[in-house]
Formats: sequence, C-alpha cells, structure tokens
Amino acid sequence: MKTSAGSLESSDCLITISDSDKLEIIIESVVFAQFGDQIKEVITNTLKEHKITNILVKCADKGALDYTIKSRLETALKRRGDINE
Amino acid sequence: MEHEKRQIVKVINDIDELFTLVDISLNRNISFHHHLRNGDYVINYVLNKYLKEKVQGINLFPSAIFPSYTSILELIKNKQINNITTNYLNGPVAEYISNNGLEGKLTMQTHGGRARSIIEGKNKIDIAFIAAPYVNSYGDSVGYLGKNKCGSLGYSIPDSVHAKIKVLVTDNLVDLDIESPEIDGSNIDYILLVDEIGDRQGIVSGTTEVTKNPIGVKIAKNTSLLLHELGAIKHGFSFQSGAGGVSLRVTKDVRDIMIKENIKASFFSGGITKYHVDMLEEGLVEKLYDVQCFDLEAIESLSRNKMHIPISASRYANPTDESQIIKDLDIVILGATEIDYNFNVNVTTDSHQTLIGGSGGHSDTASESKICVIVSPLIKGRIPVIKERVTTITTLGKNIDCLVTERGIAINPLRKDLIKKLKNSKLKIVTIEELSRIAYKFTNIPQDIVKHDKIIGEVEDRTFEIIDNIYQK
Repeated sequence: MKTSAGSLESSDCLITISDSDKLEIIIESVVFAQFGDQIKEVITNTLKEHKITNILVKCADKGALDYTIKSRLETALKRRGDINE
Repeated sequence: MEHEKRQIVKVINDIDELFTLVDISLNRNISFHHHLRNGDYVINYVLNKYLKEKVQGINLFPSAIFPSYTSILELIKNKQINNITTNYLNGPVAEYISNNGLEGKLTMQTHGGRARSIIEGKNKIDIAFIAAPYVNSYGDSVGYLGKNKCGSLGYSIPDSVHAKIKVLVTDNLVDLDIESPEIDGSNIDYILLVDEIGDRQGIVSGTTEVTKNPIGVKIAKNTSLLLHELGAIKHGFSFQSGAGGVSLRVTKDVRDIMIKENIKASFFSGGITKYHVDMLEEGLVEKLYDVQCFDLEAIESLSRNKMHIPISASRYANPTDESQIIKDLDIVILGATEIDYNFNVNVTTDSHQTLIGGSGGHSDTASESKICVIVSPLIKGRIPVIKERVTTITTLGKNIDCLVTERGIAINPLRKDLIKKLKNSKLKIVTIEELSRIAYKFTNIPQDIVKHDKIIGEVEDRTFEIIDNIYQK
C-alpha cells in the first residue's frame, strides 16, 4: 500500500511510503547539499522509533524543518496503519 | 515665442537598413535598458542581427537581464560575447553564466554606478538601443505614453546622452511636441521603427501586492515600530521601499502612523507602485521621484500628477551627480538573500551560488540613506538568512544599519547612535550572532557548499571599488 503526507509548498515536504523488503530512503531536496545528511537522519530515527524496518520512503523536500519532516512521515505511516494514534 | 530650428531625426525602417549606415563589426559595445522588463522585444530584435552577422567580441551593457532575453544566451553559447556589465540578472542567462562563466567577465554594477560609469566614460558604449514608447520626429521621447508605455525611462538617460551612436527604437512615432521629454532628441542619431517594442503583459509583469503572509506582516510591523521609536517618521521625512510584499507592507504600516499622527513626507524615491501613487494623491507625500514604474497605476500617474517626476538613473543615485536625489533620503527598506555577521548583504546570488538578481539600487540607497533597514524572514526554506560570510557581497555592511526579522531585530554595532536611542525599547533587540543562533535552533547548521575555484565576475560598488568576486558554481 502506498500513502503520502505533506505538500510541495516551500518549507514543507511530501513524504510517500510504500512496501519494500528492505529499508530504502530516497531524498530529493532543494537544500540537499546543505542538509541532506540531516534529513536522512531524521527519517531513519523516526522509523527506528516506531520499529519499522522494511519500507520505501520517498521524501520530496522543499526546505522543511526537522519536526515537519518527522510529522509528515508519521502521518503517512498512520495512513497505512503502520503506527496507531 | 521664438523656437530654435530643430533637427528632424533620420527615420530607419528596419535593422538591416541601420547597419548599411553603421558598420556592425565596429560597434560591438552595445547597451539596452530594461524598462519593458520581461515584455521587451527590442533586445532580441537587435541581438538577433548580431547573431546572424556572427559578430565576435561583443560587450553588452544592459541595465538588467530578464528571462525572456534569450538571444543573449545564444550569443554567449556561440562565444560571441566577451563581457557583460549589468545591474541585475535572473532566468536562463543568469543560470548559464553561474555554471559556465563568460569568455570575459561579468561586472555587476549598481544603478547609480552604471550611470556614473557611462557619464565618466568608464563604460564605453558604441550604440545605445533605446526602446522608446512615445517618440516625435525631433527624437524627443517619454515612456509613460503610447500603446506599449512602461513609465519612467530613467535607466536609459545616461546612454541617450553619452553613447557614441544613439538609436531610439519605437512603435509609436508622433508628429506632436512633447512637453518636458525624458529623452532629449538633440542627442539622438536615428529613430528605428518596429511593429511592437514589447508585449504589454510582460511589461507590467511584477504583481506588486502587500504581503498577507503572517511572517511578512510581523516583520513589517516590527519595522514600522522600530522606525517610529527612532523618531524617523516625522514631518518632512523621505522614504524608499522596494516593490516586494514585505516592503510594501512596511509602506502601508508607515502610512497608518502618518495618518494617525498627521505627518507628511517630503518625497518617496526609486521604483514606484500604486501604493506610492495613492499616498501622493492623498496628500501624504509631496513628491515621487520615479526611476522605474512597477505597475500600470504608476505609469498612468506620471501623465496625471505633476508631482510624480520621472528622473534619470544619474539624478537618482549617481554619487557624483550634484542633484542626486537619494543623498537626501532618510529611510530605505531593502531585502536580503543573505546577510552576515558584518552586516554585508547579498542579493546577487542565492546560497547555491546561482545568480538570481543584483544590486539595482540596493547599495546606492543603503550608502546614502540615514537609516537603511533590511527586512527578511529569519529562515527561508530551511536556509537561515544570516551567515558568517555571505556568498556574494552586494552591499557592504558598513552601509547597513538594521536587520528586522520576525524573531528579533539586530542593529549594526557601528550605529552607536541608533543603539543608544533604542536603549529602553520594548522591541526585541539582540545581536546578529544571537539571531543566527535562534535560526540554527530550528534548522541546524547548514554544510558550507560555496566553491571558490574560478572567478567569473566581480561586484563593483558605486565608488568603483571591487567589493567581491563572483565564483563559478
């Protein structure tokens, strides 16, 4: 199942997640050069927090702050039922 | 009344005819103005001829470069252009130069610096091609009449006097006298007739609207409160703000204070919008000195309001012009892509080293005004506006007085007088380093990605001092 959360507005990001047999994170960001590692870390840590291992996360980022990325990812996970309220 | 006998200017019907009279290969330093903005047809019309004739070693002096000026890109790719000297550039030409540089170099001047360079012979122009919306047989011209009117022709005035050959390009030749023309026909060599000098839609492209974004509203409110506390909004004060949403919101907030306290301003200068015109017509300000109209209401106002005065770029901002308007400027509100701990401001490149603009009148007005305020969100798309060192210096920090953000205000430590006046202020006034730390709490520290391998150009201040290099991306 594929779900998403967020938008492509400036300072937001669009997170799309789908099934995978391994952990895959794909990041496209307008600030990749400055913050690429940071964005990957937020996504990795959020998944760890919810004990999710096998998943494909696509993050199309327009300069979102960490808490925005985290909440967009969690909302997408909730929409799939991977985590509960 | 006795009239001096005036010379009729030779009319030419197409560009090929012009170059039967003038040797194209000997006239490779050419200038244009950007008053028709993204709707300009004249630049591509003329440069297509230079493309076709494969003229090499062209030096270009446009006052600005917009995305539609695609012939410039072709000339660069064909290696026909040597140097470009301009005040502002964005779009495909800017991107290409950021990535590849030029055969020669890019020189970024200010509006006042360009005027000065042309007048003093530092920028040597062979032919000035001047798009002119309303022209008579004597070569007199104004920009605020005609089917493709653009308002003030300010940036083209030095070219119209000092270029070796001056060509008015028009789609509107009339047989009438023009009262107080902006361009004096006695300087003009040829009138080149074309079907259209531009596309109306593109000429008035900039939508100049007051911001409704809550961050912008807060920055504007902080700015007007700051100006008020400094006692700068007082009878007879002068003011300039750009056409950006936040700047216009500051203008609106300043207007509210003026009405409440019954204060009248002496003049507004620079780029003029409908908001400035409204304040003139409401009697809140005595005069508008207009070097560039940003919207149709401003253009219309020029033919309606005697106190709305078109001025040349030299009178606007040339430091060696005795009648320079901005030497009497009290307050200017300006933007920033980046600002650093020394208050240097960048509006030339973004944080990825792509050329996205240029000084225009930024450095001119910052240098001359009594109070120069930079308005900016503290964070734009995760990039903090404050850096240790800006990617490119457009305006030197010694000329910048205040930075107003939504989360606090920083005053340049050089302005001890302002700091003293604000000692008991209720506004949140902190150091620029502290503001930077606040930003990092949200964003974290960005990795430094600026490359310094190859110089492709330089930033030349109005003093002619080279204040920074521009590096290839």
